[in-house]
Amino acid sequence: MSSEPVVQARGLVKRYGTRTAVDGLDLEVSAGAVTAVLGPNGAGKTTTIETCEGYRRPDGGTVRVLGLDPVADAAALRPRIGVMLQSGGVYSGARAEEMLRHMAKLHADPLDVGPLVERLGLGSCGRTTYRRLSGGQQQRLALAMAVVGRPELVFLDEPTAGLDPQARRATWDLIRELRTDGVSVVLTTHFMDEAEELADDVAVIDAGRVIAQGSPERLCRGGAENTLRFTGRPGLDLGSLLKALPDGSEAAELTGGAYRITGRIDPELLATVTSWCAQNGVMPDGIAVERHTLEDVFLELTGKELRA
Amino acid sequence: MSAGTYTPRPGAAPLHRMIAAQAALETRMLLRNGEQLLLTVVIPALLLVLFSAVDVVDTGAGEAVDFLTPGILALAVMSTAFTGQAIATGFERRYGVLKRLGASPLPRWGLMTAKTLSVLVTEVLQVVLLTVIAFALGWSPQGNPFSVLLLLVLGTVAFSGLGLLMAGTLKAEATLAAANLVFLLLLVGGGVVVPLDRFPEAAQSALGLLPISALSDGLRDVLQHGAAMPWGDAAVLAVWAVLGLGAAARFFRWE
Repeated sequence: MSSEPVVQARGLVKRYGTRTAVDGLDLEVSAGAVTAVLGPNGAGKTTTIETCEGYRRPDGGTVRVLGLDPVADAAALRPRIGVMLQSGGVYSGARAEEMLRHMAKLHADPLDVGPLVERLGLGSCGRTTYRRLSGGQQQRLALAMAVVGRPELVFLDEPTAGLDPQARRATWDLIRELRTDGVSVVLTTHFMDEAEELADDVAVIDAGRVIAQGSPERLCRGGAENTLRFTGRPGLDLGSLLKALPDGSEAAELTGGAYRITGRIDPELLATVTSWCAQNGVMPDGIAVERHTLEDVFLELTGKELRA
Repeated sequence: MSAGTYTPRPGAAPLHRMIAAQAALETRMLLRNGEQLLLTVVIPALLLVLFSAVDVVDTGAGEAVDFLTPGILALAVMSTAFTGQAIATGFERRYGVLKRLGASPLPRWGLMTAKTLSVLVTEVLQVVLLTVIAFALGWSPQGNPFSVLLLLVLGTVAFSGLGLLMAGTLKAEATLAAANLVFLLLLVGGGVVVPLDRFPEAAQSALGLLPISALSDGLRDVLQHGAAMPWGDAAVLAVWAVLGLGAAARFFRWE
């Protein structure tokens, strides 16, 4: 993986009238990775992405995409990036395959359109005009349009919004293939499972700033503690267990025979617990590690109140 | 698709190929659109046939078709360069087509060039069709074809500027309504089928400054009366072209 970041935003500010959509945002995107930009509605995700795409001129701070200024160097940058807008972008009277072939013609060395159409399940509606496509078909066409020019970097604004589970999986698979082939991907999403499933790196945005960034594992490990549960004989002496566990761990018997251990749950801790069980002749039934999901972390970071 | 399928190989196609592809697509979109065809082909052709065959308006001395054809050619230019282009571009803006193409390798001026080419291609088709119909109706044109060509080009530039100004500043629905209304008003009051001298004298001088009047009057001077080059009308069109394109360049919003 190259060390040069493909996107670098420093102190990015974007205002619409009196409203500040992006408020001193710092973001780095690594080459060859899938980066998910996660945040509640109105957090500034789309504004951030569209500033990277050159649609918005920053009111403050700097943005570099592939080392270029997205506004000043637009002519050099545009052939190298693929863009999927949140919606629209196609002539209402254009046929799906016709539009894709057109986008291909704007590039020097595009993908073969036929296999791409099949790959995204658009074969059956290739002759259908855009306005008659279903929402999911429109989304997949927009995704195909973003990748057909063989870009180095693609920006996908909510690529799976409105897709059924099969189409969602197909989109995920395509994004993974892009990464395997060395394409850098930046996507925005509301879906925690999508970020967890796909992303090498997650940037959580709230109120126009990045409030956390890291791999999904790291984000889930940080913040709230995790939990280990098992059931066994009621009334075990947890004091001896606690002595064996690292500082900061807690152990409790919730109801008769149902035990819960909270703390930093790692393989060593699990080994300690099971060997302690063995010493005490306890079979730890239903032993399970409850990891925090990205959703827990997200809600913890951004609060639980509804956003506008 | 096998491994390596998506390996980046970015790059823009050569500019002339991008513009040609874009112009071809724009032209296909236009010819596929029923309402657009009604406006650009059916209405001018019907008016030409109807008003030549039936004495609805007094077109002055000489054959009606000799009076009508220059006006209908002017109407054809307006329908494509102004009304059709305004409506299509307005909806392209509304549906994010202009925005999406703005992120493609095709530069904005390339998109505008392609749109202009598509308008010109459509106009050629219109002129051929209307000329054939006019000849069938006994049209006997006069004058220098190059003067006609220059007037048609000037008219196209003037109407394109105004159409793009409307499409780039108003909402798509407002553009749809306004472009159709303007089409209708200029059809009646711009010397297309009704001679301007049918209007009160005070109105005549104002109506004469409209781009459609300048175009139909100029074309008529050449094609009906054999004038060399109506510079007055050409100047009116040039002023509209500068104003329209200037304002469009200044105020056009892509989203």
